[in-house]
Amino acid sequence: MEMSKKLAGKSFKFGDDISTDLIAPGRYFHLRSNLPELAKHVLEDADPEFAKKVKPGDFVVGGRNFGLGSSREHAPTIIKLAGVGAVLAKSFARIFYRNCINVGLPALKCDTDKIDEGDILEIDLKGGEIFNKDKNIKIKFNPLPEVMIKILSDGGLTGHIKKNEGFNL
Amino acid sequence: MGKTISEKIIGKHAGKEVKAGDIVVVDVDVVMAQDGTGPLAVDQIKNMGFKKVKNPDKSIFFIDHAAPSPRKELSNSHMVLRNFANKSGAKISDVGEGVCHQRLIEDYSCPGDIVIGADSHTCTSGALGAFATGMGSTDIAVGFAMAKTWLMVPETIKINLGGKLPKVVFAKDIIISLIGKITSDGATYKALEFGGPLLANLTMDDRFTISNMAVEAGAKTGIFPTDNITKDYLASQNRSDCFKEISTEEDADYKDIINMDCGKLEPMISAPHTVDNTIKISELEKVELNQVFIGTCTNGRLSDLKIAAEILKGKKVAKGVRLIVVPASKKIYTEAIKEGIITDLVESGAAVMAPGCGPCVGVHEGALGDGEVCLSTQNRNFKGRMGNPDSFIYLASPATAAWSAIKGYISDPREVL
Ligand code: SF4
Repeated sequence: MEMSKKLAGKSFKFGDDISTDLIAPGRYFHLRSNLPELAKHVLEDADPEFAKKVKPGDFVVGGRNFGLGSSREHAPTIIKLAGVGAVLAKSFARIFYRNCINVGLPALKCDTDKIDEGDILEIDLKGGEIFNKDKNIKIKFNPLPEVMIKILSDGGLTGHIKKNEGFNL
Repeated sequence: MGKTISEKIIGKHAGKEVKAGDIVVVDVDVVMAQDGTGPLAVDQIKNMGFKKVKNPDKSIFFIDHAAPSPRKELSNSHMVLRNFANKSGAKISDVGEGVCHQRLIEDYSCPGDIVIGADSHTCTSGALGAFATGMGSTDIAVGFAMAKTWLMVPETIKINLGGKLPKVVFAKDIIISLIGKITSDGATYKALEFGGPLLANLTMDDRFTISNMAVEAGAKTGIFPTDNITKDYLASQNRSDCFKEISTEEDADYKDIINMDCGKLEPMISAPHTVDNTIKISELEKVELNQVFIGTCTNGRLSDLKIAAEILKGKKVAKGVRLIVVPASKKIYTEAIKEGIITDLVESGAAVMAPGCGPCVGVHEGALGDGEVCLSTQNRNFKGRMGNPDSFIYLASPATAAWSAIKGYISDPREVL
């Protein structure tokens, strides 16, 4: 992923404790081997219309503990496949956060109370800043840990391993 | 300053002294994936250009989440795992063998190990004194291929369990109560390390239940020191040789210490739709049930089936309630048959299914209808978890589940035991 890229899009707001069951429901277990199909159901149990409404570049904005629950990497993968540019939340569950980096989906910790549904956001990944155009305010996000930047810029974990023929963190 | 158990184990596997916050590459002892996460891990192993797994004897694919397969797409995923296991030398634990975490503690995880698995409840093996944690398919693919992973050494919250456990309060009630206290993200990035005088009275089954649910507080692992109870358990699995002393150090640098007086506990419930939405059973309003489920990597062990059978024997499940029972592994199932437990359960009206995850994750065998309510012994009750976002899941111990199945609504097992 290019860290210098600027992201822009509309915000879709969700609450606290958005579980991986809400993102990639277990009843679609059989679609895990067909990710584009599974992506049509992304976040379905939190907002049944989300997959239809979301446009490439838009943002998923959550509250506390986003992505809690199962280890299914399919959850961040289908958020990315739906075209989402980044997930913003006050905090992330551990496995989900790690999976985001591995699949190349930016996960940004910030004060999401300053963002409402439908706000247009511009994000400078490298600069660590979100500009909320509708509210005309800047929101800082915590920079990613160094090891994660390294993995991201090598194109995710498999890219990192291939490039370095093993770990080089 | 002493070291936490996690610091000691990770340090050994990193080949140097470590402390909380360090980021290290470590050797891993056991690597696993299940049928929901395994196929993607296989893809990633191939993407990286690997054909074999590094340590075949301790690389395992478990077919447990959709086992036996309810539809062709999943049957095909199972074929991917069997074929890859065949070619790579990895082990396969197939239909009927049981839930991954139960199989790991029976046959694979040892004290002092680092165990990584593409399933969030991999922390269950922590009860054996292993540093065991869940990750996604890509991380696990690297683990399979290289027997290595990277870790941030976690800070540790020490949980001192004390007091005399009341007769009808179980490990499940302890852990539900703890999660209610520290909340669903109270231990994110951290290890929970259990200690205190009550450990002497906690069986391995109790400890597995507690470690299993550490992740429901966001924890990276839920780890126990080892003792004679651990030793006896490993001996019962014909694995005495893998016993190691794993001890806590009183002066370790804990982030936090929580003292829990378990003498004051009563049966606990997690109400929909989060595990930390906990309530004492005496404070719960009447909740009518459509389904009761006893099983899973949390509470599908022999002692769980035994207490359920003790309550259900000679009685009948309430009209209008379905009771589903799934032993966590073949070993448990066989033992429960020998002891007459399965007969008691079936005669009371239970539908007993093949060892595996059963209805826990909403794939098959007991998906809920619109508006239906289930009381389950599993570890999470998120909206949609059992296959329907318009249903309601309550969590409790097997004793509460069994007694409630008879009554038809959530009921206090102290009325019967
Ligand atoms: S029993 Fe439930 S929680 Fe345990 S591994 Fe299976 S699906 Fe996951």
